[in-house]
Amino acid sequence: MYVAVKGGEAAIDAGHALLAERRRGDAAVPELSLAQIREQLSLAVDRVMAEGALYDPDLAALAVKQARGDLIEAIFLLRAYRTTLPRLAESEPIDTGRMRVERRISATFKDLPGGQILGPTFDYTHRLLDFALAAERPEPPAARAQAPAAPAEPMPRVAAILGGEGLIEQENAAAAAAPGDLTRAPLAYPASRDLRLQALARGDEGFLLAMGYSTQRGYGHSHPFAAEIRQGRVTVEIVPPELGFAVEIGEIAITECQMVNQFKGSDAAPPQFTSGYGLSFGGAERKAMAMALVDRALRAAELAEEPQAPAQDQEFVLSHADSVEASGFVQHLKLPHYVDFQSELDLLRRLRREWSARREAAE
Amino acid sequence: MTVATAGYNFAYLDEQTKRMIRRAILKAVAVPGYQVPFAGREMPLPYGWGTGGIQVTASIIGSEDRLKVIDQGADDTTNAVSIRRFFAKTAGVATTTRTSEATIIQTRHRIPETPLAAGQIMVFQVPIPEPLRWLEPRETETRRMHAQADYGSMYVKLYEDIARMGRIAAAYDYPVMVAGRYLMRPSPIPRFDNPKLDRSPALLLFGAGREKRIYALPPHTPVKSLDFEDHPFAIERWTERCQRCGSGESFLDEIVVDDRGTRRFVCSDTDHCDARLANGSAP
Amino acid sequence: MSEVPLLVVDHLAKRYRERPAVRGVGFTLWPGEVLALVGESGSGKTTLLNMIAGRVAPNAGSVRFRVESGDIVDLVALSEAERRMLVRREIGFVHQNPRDGLRLSVSAGANIGEPLMAAGARHYGSIRHTAALWLERVEMDPRRLDDLPTSFSGGMQQRLQIARALVTEPRLVLMDEPTGGLDVSVQAKLLDLLRRLVGDLGISVVLVTHDLGVARLLAHRLLVMQQGEVVESGVTDQVLDDPQHPYTQLLVSSVLAA
Repeated sequence: MYVAVKGGEAAIDAGHALLAERRRGDAAVPELSLAQIREQLSLAVDRVMAEGALYDPDLAALAVKQARGDLIEAIFLLRAYRTTLPRLAESEPIDTGRMRVERRISATFKDLPGGQILGPTFDYTHRLLDFALAAERPEPPAARAQAPAAPAEPMPRVAAILGGEGLIEQENAAAAAAPGDLTRAPLAYPASRDLRLQALARGDEGFLLAMGYSTQRGYGHSHPFAAEIRQGRVTVEIVPPELGFAVEIGEIAITECQMVNQFKGSDAAPPQFTSGYGLSFGGAERKAMAMALVDRALRAAELAEEPQAPAQDQEFVLSHADSVEASGFVQHLKLPHYVDFQSELDLLRRLRREWSARREAAE
Repeated sequence: MTVATAGYNFAYLDEQTKRMIRRAILKAVAVPGYQVPFAGREMPLPYGWGTGGIQVTASIIGSEDRLKVIDQGADDTTNAVSIRRFFAKTAGVATTTRTSEATIIQTRHRIPETPLAAGQIMVFQVPIPEPLRWLEPRETETRRMHAQADYGSMYVKLYEDIARMGRIAAAYDYPVMVAGRYLMRPSPIPRFDNPKLDRSPALLLFGAGREKRIYALPPHTPVKSLDFEDHPFAIERWTERCQRCGSGESFLDEIVVDDRGTRRFVCSDTDHCDARLANGSAP
Repeated sequence: MSEVPLLVVDHLAKRYRERPAVRGVGFTLWPGEVLALVGESGSGKTTLLNMIAGRVAPNAGSVRFRVESGDIVDLVALSEAERRMLVRREIGFVHQNPRDGLRLSVSAGANIGEPLMAAGARHYGSIRHTAALWLERVEMDPRRLDDLPTSFSGGMQQRLQIARALVTEPRLVLMDEPTGGLDVSVQAKLLDLLRRLVGDLGISVVLVTHDLGVARLLAHRLLVMQQGEVVESGVTDQVLDDPQHPYTQLLVSSVLAA
């Protein structure tokens, strides 16, 4: 006698219990603390904040722990949490010119006001596994690197330096309408640059890296230069309506990348450099750079370039940039599809019968 | 666990979001079959797992409602269980497995065998809302095609199926024309279920969370599955009957029982099968 | 010929940055007429055709078309959506490269059938039958109805495109170098076919070509274009046998020399 398949509830509960066990791992090994993740896996935390679109290192650390180190899963956790948060205010635009800089480099000038500051970067390390790190030893409290002070000499953004000579297109901030909110209105194509940048900021680093890379290999080449990359802390300000002036509500760590790209001219204006912009929470430098390359590529239409490459195709890039959407849909194939499969079986069997019948009739 | 201790608003979404979604639903009802964009939220379940359906249900459900959730026609599949738990936890509403007793039925991939009644709402989970997507990947282009009722390419696909294989080769998610105006995907229900859409007395709502679209079939809307006059639409048929209740009219799941390929066929709609058994039907 | 023109183009102009591509061109087209736009590449003839087809937005001028209902509509003044719909329904277009006017991934029958299906045809057998008839009409083997366009030669693809463009019998068809890129012998056969079809169906055609031989064979009248302007126009034989404008004379003589 056939018994209907039951036990979905029990299976789920057992699955959750097993997951909790796996997450903890070997009980003899000390449990990870959020502080350890936040401090010692800070770039993982930064990526989760950037793509989770929420700045909170402790929550991001929790997400990383809960997700067993799977960063896309952690990003999903943070996004789902973000959905529940009420909107209290909109901040003023952050002023990266007033950043407390920890790292600042420019590939376009040998030297410039404020200097080239290397900061904590992997760039000039030799990628040799350091086995000294494998041993855990209680370290003597080392002299901590000084927290970056406000810059002694002025550190203008390279965009401003080029802009002073009129060499680079001006961001028309004054004329621009208030920026849209990607999460409050459905994205429609063609999308304006503000919404595109929002989508890129929360977009999957791997995908954007590949798209940016493709532009360098000829799929929509724009001759980019890294005019400036800055990392450091900026203050966040709001203007409460009751007060009418700006108050500081906190500080965040960000990475900003300004790419300078090939020049364009028109009847109305002399040739100028065009630009691409990237911004991410924390120290996600690779992400900010990739974002700047893709931002420039997506501006193809507005700069009168024929969009031919995948990275220049707005719909293609923005529809597939979100790791939460992509991961969900790819993995949804694990869900039962047996009813549709049954439909296909029925159709296939029918087609095969008809095919055989036609063959027999022909003979 | 009561809603208050869970720390979430009733049915998880905040009231502003629900209002936004209800506005989208009203637009959808006003233009049957037309996909209304909405600002979908990230939900605690992944995209592809029914976030669109969940957002629609969360926006219309009230404390007096009685919710049924099915996946592949069954109440006990893991995803149906997961979604039903979600609403039990965040809304505390009564749940049921009886189709006839539900006020809201959220479904993935099936319409129940028991006919729906006026006053009931069915919420479909939709992976890809755009019927023209496989013919045209660009959203800007498909939007224009709908606006101009430029559906020639869909018929080209059906023509080509017949020319190549002798019949239209859509088994599930079979495209329909709504009220003679909009081309629509009914979600991946088997074509067996398409006739149930036509002039249903219930309100049918379709939610696509990842693609951020909502569409609707208000009660008594004419819905026609695309076909040619000389190649009319036809549903699946089995020679077997349900091994549990004996039904020869319901959609049957095919289950492989041993390694010699022996097969058993059982109703996909578990509630329907149980009800028939309770009424004394036999295989 | 009836009294009411089918198409009246008036002061149509297009400028790209500083360069004028078409400078204030106008003409009238009557039902059943074939009008050729001739000139070298860069003369503006293709831009002019594309403006009539609604593919390129003019900077000035009007394109007044008599629609099926009898009303006169200025295509330039319509919204993009309205223009696209109208053009799709009532004006045919034959591209120079047949691959631009065909769906390469579906059969010949589906290609010819699509305009019928877009217009509401819903009987598979009838659509197939009409498509097969049209294959014969363009002198192709109707048994190839289920073959993909990629399995046809260039000349046959062009015939297929023509069948697709004409199957709904639009009153106006625009053609952009319909025989360009084909072998001379293939061209000749295709021109013959076009001449017969156009005559049989009584359709009006605006045809762009750099080949005076094509113009002579197909067109009742022609416009000679140079650098965006019409330098000479008139009955085809008269213009080609007795060209008045120096540029026309140059064109005609270079054909004879070749």
